[in-house]
Amino acid sequence: MGVEGIGASVVRKEDKRFITGKGRYVDDIKLQGMTHAQFVRSPHAHAKVKGIDSSAALKMPGVVAVLTGQQIVDDKVGNLICGWAVSSKDGTPMKMGAWPAMAPETVRFVGQAVAVVIAETKNQAKDAAEAVVVDYEELPAVANIRAAIAPGAAQLHPEAPGNVVYDWAIGDEAAVKDAFSKAANVVTLELTNNRLVPNAMEPRAAIAEYNDAEEHFTLYTTSQNPHVARLVLSAFYNIAPEHKLRVIAPDVGGGFGSKIFIYPEEMVALWASKKVNRPVKWTGDRTEAFLTDAHGRDHVSKAELAFDKDNKILGLRVKTHANFGAYMSLFSSSVPTYLYATLLSGQYNIPAIYAEVMGVYTNSSPVDAYRGAGRPEASFLIERLMETSARQLKVDPAELRRKNFITVFPHQTPVIMAYDTGDFNASLDAALKTVDYAGFPARQAKAKSEGKLRGIGFSCYIEACGIAPSKAVGSLGAGVGLWESAEVRVNPVGTIEILTGSHSHGQGHETTFAQLISERLGVPISQVQIVHGDTDKVQFGMGTYGSRSLAVGGSAIIKAMEKVEAKAKKIAAHQLEASEDDIVIENGEFKVTGTDKSIALPMVALAAYTAHNLPDGMEPGLKESAFYDPSNFTFPAGTYICEIEVDPGTGKTSFVNFVAADDFGRLINPMIVEGQVHGGLTQGIGQALLEGAVYDDSGQLVTASFMDYAMPRADDVPTYKLQHTTTLCPGNPLGVKGCGEAGAIGASAAVINAITNAIGNNKLEMPATPDRVWHAIHGQA
Amino acid sequence: MSTVKLTVNGRAVSAEVEDRTLLVHLLRDHLNLTGTHVGCDTSQCGACVVHVDGRAVKSCTMLVGQANGANVTTIEGISKGDELHPMQAAFRDNHGLQCGYCTPGMIMSAIDIVNRHGGQLDEATVRQELEGNICRCTGYHNIVKSVLDAAGRMKVSAAAE
Amino acid sequence: MYETHYHRASSVEDAAALFAKGSDSKFLAGGQTLLPVMKQRLAAPTDVVDLARIPAMIGVEVSGDTVTIKAATTHYDVATNTALQKAIPALAALAGMIGDPAVRYRGTIGGSLANNDPAADYPAAVLALNATVKTNKRSINGDDFFKGLFTTALEDGEIITAVSFPVPAKAGYAKFRHPASRFALTGVFVAKDKAGNVRVAATGASSSGVMRVPSIEQALKANWSASALDGIRISADGLLSDIHGAADYRANLIKVMAQRAVTEAG
Repeated sequence: MGVEGIGASVVRKEDKRFITGKGRYVDDIKLQGMTHAQFVRSPHAHAKVKGIDSSAALKMPGVVAVLTGQQIVDDKVGNLICGWAVSSKDGTPMKMGAWPAMAPETVRFVGQAVAVVIAETKNQAKDAAEAVVVDYEELPAVANIRAAIAPGAAQLHPEAPGNVVYDWAIGDEAAVKDAFSKAANVVTLELTNNRLVPNAMEPRAAIAEYNDAEEHFTLYTTSQNPHVARLVLSAFYNIAPEHKLRVIAPDVGGGFGSKIFIYPEEMVALWASKKVNRPVKWTGDRTEAFLTDAHGRDHVSKAELAFDKDNKILGLRVKTHANFGAYMSLFSSSVPTYLYATLLSGQYNIPAIYAEVMGVYTNSSPVDAYRGAGRPEASFLIERLMETSARQLKVDPAELRRKNFITVFPHQTPVIMAYDTGDFNASLDAALKTVDYAGFPARQAKAKSEGKLRGIGFSCYIEACGIAPSKAVGSLGAGVGLWESAEVRVNPVGTIEILTGSHSHGQGHETTFAQLISERLGVPISQVQIVHGDTDKVQFGMGTYGSRSLAVGGSAIIKAMEKVEAKAKKIAAHQLEASEDDIVIENGEFKVTGTDKSIALPMVALAAYTAHNLPDGMEPGLKESAFYDPSNFTFPAGTYICEIEVDPGTGKTSFVNFVAADDFGRLINPMIVEGQVHGGLTQGIGQALLEGAVYDDSGQLVTASFMDYAMPRADDVPTYKLQHTTTLCPGNPLGVKGCGEAGAIGASAAVINAITNAIGNNKLEMPATPDRVWHAIHGQA
Repeated sequence: MSTVKLTVNGRAVSAEVEDRTLLVHLLRDHLNLTGTHVGCDTSQCGACVVHVDGRAVKSCTMLVGQANGANVTTIEGISKGDELHPMQAAFRDNHGLQCGYCTPGMIMSAIDIVNRHGGQLDEATVRQELEGNICRCTGYHNIVKSVLDAAGRMKVSAAAE
Repeated sequence: MYETHYHRASSVEDAAALFAKGSDSKFLAGGQTLLPVMKQRLAAPTDVVDLARIPAMIGVEVSGDTVTIKAATTHYDVATNTALQKAIPALAALAGMIGDPAVRYRGTIGGSLANNDPAADYPAAVLALNATVKTNKRSINGDDFFKGLFTTALEDGEIITAVSFPVPAKAGYAKFRHPASRFALTGVFVAKDKAGNVRVAATGASSSGVMRVPSIEQALKANWSASALDGIRISADGLLSDIHGAADYRANLIKVMAQRAVTEAG
């Protein structure tokens, strides 16, 4: 490891602009002649749009245009798509209704846009939006899964009778039936995975600019994947052909999945910028974020584990209902199926698994991937089930897990995933030691004598990351491949630019990707510039989500570097009159081993670009590109142990200790890895204790601001104790597994397991608010 | 419309704006100081915190008229040329930021916390005092570290003056 | 928000005159309640009259057995006032629990009382300490001041100028924070005056706002201790029920917070 190479906790290069207020987020950007957009949104969860009267709005000061959903349809702008085809058990394709960017006829969730006002200032646009009169005919709404699938329920889409999008299954039903028939013990658990709102601190925003001379669009957008945005806007939304559309994702203030999707707002901004022939800016406010950002989670499940007489698992059976909201968002179909059920084996050797998932439309905001995307739901289910099993079978929860751990790798689970490597005992041991598990009974007794209820809970999580091998996901219905691209440009005088298809919105790629180069070439990271987020600069890439940036994006960089180094070595060898095989790279120099003959990288680059003395037949220049397609998912895993105290008078939970032992394979920058874990744990704790998007029966979002949706604050969470065990990932050149989602995947079960342990009542739903915990202790009124 | 006159980062500023203009929009839209951010609409998230007459204030919850005649310092005004404020340096050194969106408000609030408590700060107090600043990326762990680190640095430099 | 006209008042009389001139005026003190409401477009005053710089309305005076807090004094200035910390520490502590540090630099006692949010902290102190609200027209007893959800005895245009509190023998405040808004999910202020009378006021539990709790007052008058409340059951009737707390949970919190306030009071 060099000072700035792999494994170094280098401070981040990008911080300078953020700590001095010089970041460049979409809302910071001002274009000449820019107009502002304000959407007119439905206050009803389900209604027909009978008419829109813009006459009063058009007369108001500063108004440039009022545009409606019908106009978008007339201009043949495409509907929003779902990019992953999932079929039901009986082979029928998923049943999807159309999702126009602004509703011309029917609104299906509170907040859906029906019109947009374009004006000179944001205030003028807001004032005029209130003057747009929309004639709604309210329809009955189905606000939750139970209401949606009830006989006689109002139907959202004619294409999906009974509001069922698909009824999917995975695994071996017969094998599971057989396993349960032989079981010595069966443990059953019903559980909910509560709906969440991602709430990145930067609200979504978009600026669209149309150049009518060139018939060319530029879009600034808060996106985690600008190239995917360009592809979708072009090929499916019909905004413009790809070569006439530039998408730029500048500094983006957090994403967590919610900024993957290509939303109505940016589509409309683009279309409107051509119609009014002026740049159009839309910045969402927090209420719009609550109503229109893709929500996460929202499963209701029943799960059963079958054990033999030695407490070894024989089989797992799961039935899940998943809420899609009113429309199928871009990756929504994959989240409760191929990103969820394929992880139900957890860290355990389970011979037979059968899972059924019914995906349901409801009159609520669309639901899609949110940090963890399917894996938090799977991990929560299996880890609550294991803890419940330990209590029912009267065995220690750590020992029950240990008894069932997979110990031989690679391990093929019954649900598609084949785990490449891991050491689950190592992380469990590390966590048990750090939390001082042996000392817990004494601590619990002491707390009891002081009137507090203390509990401890486990979560042995595993996830599938480094999304994903293209062929595999293609065979499962994905419309895209999930490789990544990189281009390495060595400039004529030796500085290096890495153009990556990944996108950093907090992950620190400008530093960690530069560390990869520093490690290989021995140059300081100040010599290496990471370029990302602009489709005009960077070749097609799939973007950042699914903990993939180092595993897939970093591997693409390595592959491109290998090509650059090979060429550079050839040039150096030629210049030094040595054999290519004798050239090594050290501290930015190309040396002939065993001699003091060397040539510095800048000289090699200059030689490449002046081309005065290159090997015969070699092209000038020193720049290579690579596309890396992973051969498998990666499988970060670990153990979280949470010790809490409940105040029985108020039901409030306080943290005593939160221990995390994660195996992420190789760590490129441990400080950044730990930051990712801290953030993920806090979101997982948020889900367990604080957060929950709640709809009333009429489909109104009751929790539509921070006044009702409890975001974790600094005094809600502890200082975490992190440690790492390591089994290198055999699947990629870096040996990395990814770390961005682990905390959000594993934390919730540890917290709920701890609280239920403390209060001696296993029936407790998330969020385990003080009110809920108090009732679980004292009973309902 | 009214004319407001105030000092921003040491410079006298005069602007003719609608009375409903919030201080944050005066800073972002009229003065092009886009370091101060808007993160919510209920005055809870703290992304907009600046100093007004030496006190940490949510600039999204202040009309420009209320700031007339005041001395305003934003994130752009706390470093001395190339020399970072100890709080800025502490955030960088302790990885107290990820996406950077909450960071300017967080830093301005943190400076105020240290100003009020002197060097006498512990982890629990810092966490409590950060109640008005929401971060979605860091999980607060390193933010707390940064503030405690900066408190030490600021104590040293105050003693040196 | 909608457009408005901003006026800065230099005195109480100036403020009253500016208010009367506008067609639909509102007073602005810290703005920590009014401005968010205006931003949500739920209020659209034609004129806002800023009281925050009126010298006569700022300050804390402790004189013998009375504490007077001028209406435009910020929560921060109340919380850090050393004389108040000695005279009525529970009141200083309460002010230090309102909102967050940035809110406390701007929010004022006058603004809080005039607004009468059902989960605000100051109303509990005013009611429990038997304080008097002084306006530019009259004095109003605490018992007569709070009239229900966001409603007070103030007439249109009337300005709170100060609040005077008799110094109690014992007082304490315990607040259970709403997990999202950080207002009081339930907050209880207990006070025993120098004659031995006990007053207990709970905020956050009822949609009508701050309320007295007679059963707890009686129990504490007989025995000023947290354990005196062990057997008390507060009725859930009429209490707020929402996703953050059912009525029976709030009833429980009234008792538990009262106990913790008594312990705080010493």
